[in-house]
Amino acid sequence: MKILVCIKQVPGTNKVEVDEQTGALKRDGVDSKLNPYDLYAIETALRIREKTGGSVTALTMGPLQAEAVIREAYMMGVDEGFLISDKKFAGADVLATSYTLFMGIKTIGEFDIVVCGKQTTDGDTGQVGPALAEYLGIPHISWVKGIKEVDHNGVVVEQDMTESSMIVRMQWPCLITVDKDIIQPRLPSYRKKLATKNKVVNILTLKDFVDQNANNYGLLGSATKVESIFPPQANKDQIILEGSGEQLTKQLYAILEKERALR
Amino acid sequence: MLSINQNKCDLCGKCIETCPFGAMDIIEGRVVINEACKMCRICLKTCPGKAIVATDGIREKANINNWKGILVFAEQLEGQIHPVTLELIGKSKELASKMNHPVTCIFIGHKIKEKAEGLLEYGLDKVFVYDHKEFEYYRGDIYTNAFEHCITRSKPSIVLVGATSVGRSLAPRVATRFRTGLTADCTTLDVKENSDLIQIRPAFGGNIMAQIVTEHSRPQFATVRYKVMEKAQKEINLPVSILSEMQDKLEFCSLPKNKMKSSIEVLNVIPKEKELSISEAEVIVAGGRGIRDKKDLAMLEELAQLLGGQTAVTRPLVEAGWAPYTKQIGLSGRTVRPRLIITCGISGAVQFTSCMNSAQCIIAINKNKNAPIFKTAHYGIVGDLYEIVPLLCGMIRKGRIMDAV
Ligand SMILES: Cc1cc2nc3c(=O)[nH]c(=O)nc-3n(C[C@H](O)[C@H](O)[C@@H](O)COP(=O)(O)OP(=O)(O)OC[C@H]3O[C@@H](n4cnc5c(N)ncnc54)[C@H](O)[C@@H]3O)c2cc1C
Ligand SMILES: Nc1ncnc2c1ncn2[C@@H]1O[C@H](COP(=O)(O)O)[C@@H](O)[C@H]1O
Repeated sequence: MKILVCIKQVPGTNKVEVDEQTGALKRDGVDSKLNPYDLYAIETALRIREKTGGSVTALTMGPLQAEAVIREAYMMGVDEGFLISDKKFAGADVLATSYTLFMGIKTIGEFDIVVCGKQTTDGDTGQVGPALAEYLGIPHISWVKGIKEVDHNGVVVEQDMTESSMIVRMQWPCLITVDKDIIQPRLPSYRKKLATKNKVVNILTLKDFVDQNANNYGLLGSATKVESIFPPQANKDQIILEGSGEQLTKQLYAILEKERALR
Repeated sequence: MLSINQNKCDLCGKCIETCPFGAMDIIEGRVVINEACKMCRICLKTCPGKAIVATDGIREKANINNWKGILVFAEQLEGQIHPVTLELIGKSKELASKMNHPVTCIFIGHKIKEKAEGLLEYGLDKVFVYDHKEFEYYRGDIYTNAFEHCITRSKPSIVLVGATSVGRSLAPRVATRFRTGLTADCTTLDVKENSDLIQIRPAFGGNIMAQIVTEHSRPQFATVRYKVMEKAQKEINLPVSILSEMQDKLEFCSLPKNKMKSSIEVLNVIPKEKELSISEAEVIVAGGRGIRDKKDLAMLEELAQLLGGQTAVTRPLVEAGWAPYTKQIGLSGRTVRPRLIITCGISGAVQFTSCMNSAQCIIAINKNKNAPIFKTAHYGIVGDLYEIVPLLCGMIRKGRIMDAV
């Protein structure tokens, strides 16, 4: 069994605020971390390996420092890792990102199952998994919250549909995006950290790919464009009331009457 | 692509500080932009010397005149139309009137003819119906085939899909098949006269809003969050006689056999326990960390009952085990759009406010005058909820008795 898990490095905090005057971003720290949802993807991949044998490969696209997330995957027990990194890949939206990951996978080899996180904490689209499955030409199930069965033919998974759960079976090869709560991720172990300290992180660039046309990657290969970023809006017409509890309650009652909330 | 005019750059480092992706560095005495760049353009605004310039991609532009109209994905689960569909139709009609474009629906399911006729009451130009046993349950692969078929024949400029479990799984697949852009989870939509869709969505967990366009490709795909758009009103009340005249607005489509073969097998559908969903509530009384004890939620429950509404909570209360997850408003919970919401002891973090700020009337009770919730509220009551809520319940009850006399 060949298992692939896609992971992404994201900003260390998503508590960003935009200064309304300057449009500048105010942040607590600039460090990066592994997208928290991807911990569940890695754990799921490792559990599948426990059942079926085989190997788990981690794949990420990002700048060179994104090597750190592959190291983290090694510490959890992933067998092999690839970082796709090239200046030509900068500015990618979902379309270009999933295409790049697809090209990376073509270079690395075939996989029986691809596991993605449900979403990231920065771009937050949750679209990369299904888009990648489309490029790979394999079926996908999103929002997987449980693996019911797994064997050499395929998987049975529980898919969260908000109002219901759907139990579905897919044959290999296929892709799943996993919800948090699917399974508690293990902690990276210190022993593994030492053991994998010198393990190589394979780097792929455009020149390793079958499609070498730079127009299909990064900003040029993207269909969406972020025109601007701004802070969430505050409400304009506002009435702020202060006073004793009794006064406030009377005023509140009057507001409810005015808003026709009292039937 | 971003480039840096090295003559104007004085290496002040402001861009490096503000870049959320750590995509900028000083290397060998020059600012360089690396692969982590997401083209968010924040550095453009921060650079005091205006040394950073953006040059647009040279992606080949689709002939946008070949694409016309707005296609709405009418979502059904077990034959019931998801209410987000009506919101999408409502928005589409508004947008389409600005460009004089038609509004159509794609409707995929099994035994859905009657429901399809019902959709016509909202004044649609056409409903494409894919009615087949194989479509009974959502299966991404063959639903994508149906969607592809419909887009290929109708060539819409814009495709809107609800940001539901189904929509967020299906839309990226279809958009990718057409090698076009998909903007996720939009909360505001508008169009330019040339049919370019202006899409606004929260990112970074709701801490920022991004305005996104898909200028060069068609169709332009967006998933739209449930409960943020106004529902469509019925334009026609269909008597059976008109219905026959309108039959040509229903187009029953079928796919070739090989496009109907799914690799996904649905074994079972387990309904979740049906609780009254806060997403549907007209009136909500919500509690936050200002609530000191689980039992105090009873007070909010009473107020909610008196106003004919439901209670909801913020995330810490769910984490404390005081309320079920289904009652949680927020990015990791539900989005609500009630007529009235009264927040009690809620500070108003964006993760919360971004999921309730389209409520028609927001009343906030908080004893801290500086709580951010007061920026979101229409009426801010600076006071102690433990005093006000019981007094208010008393007043409402008394008012009822007075009325009855
Ligand atoms: C403010 C803002 C808004 C944006 N809005 C949109 C938008 O509406 N539409 C759009 O197309 N793009 C958008 N983008 C760009 C998009 O977020 C990313 O650039 C894209 O590369 C990845 O999408 P994501 O982070 O949403 O990943 P998601 O789709 O949320 O990630 C899901 C899973 O895919 C895998 N994955 C994602 N990225 C990688 C990677 N680089 N390497 C390996 N695995 C990965 C992981 O398993 C992850 O858990 C936006 C960017 C910003 C900054
Ligand atoms: N008795 C109270 N009445 C009104 N607001 C309160 C009370 N106690 C605490 N709060 C507010 O509750 C908020 C906590 O909300 P949150 O962080 O959203 O859970 C803070 O903003 C407090 O100011």
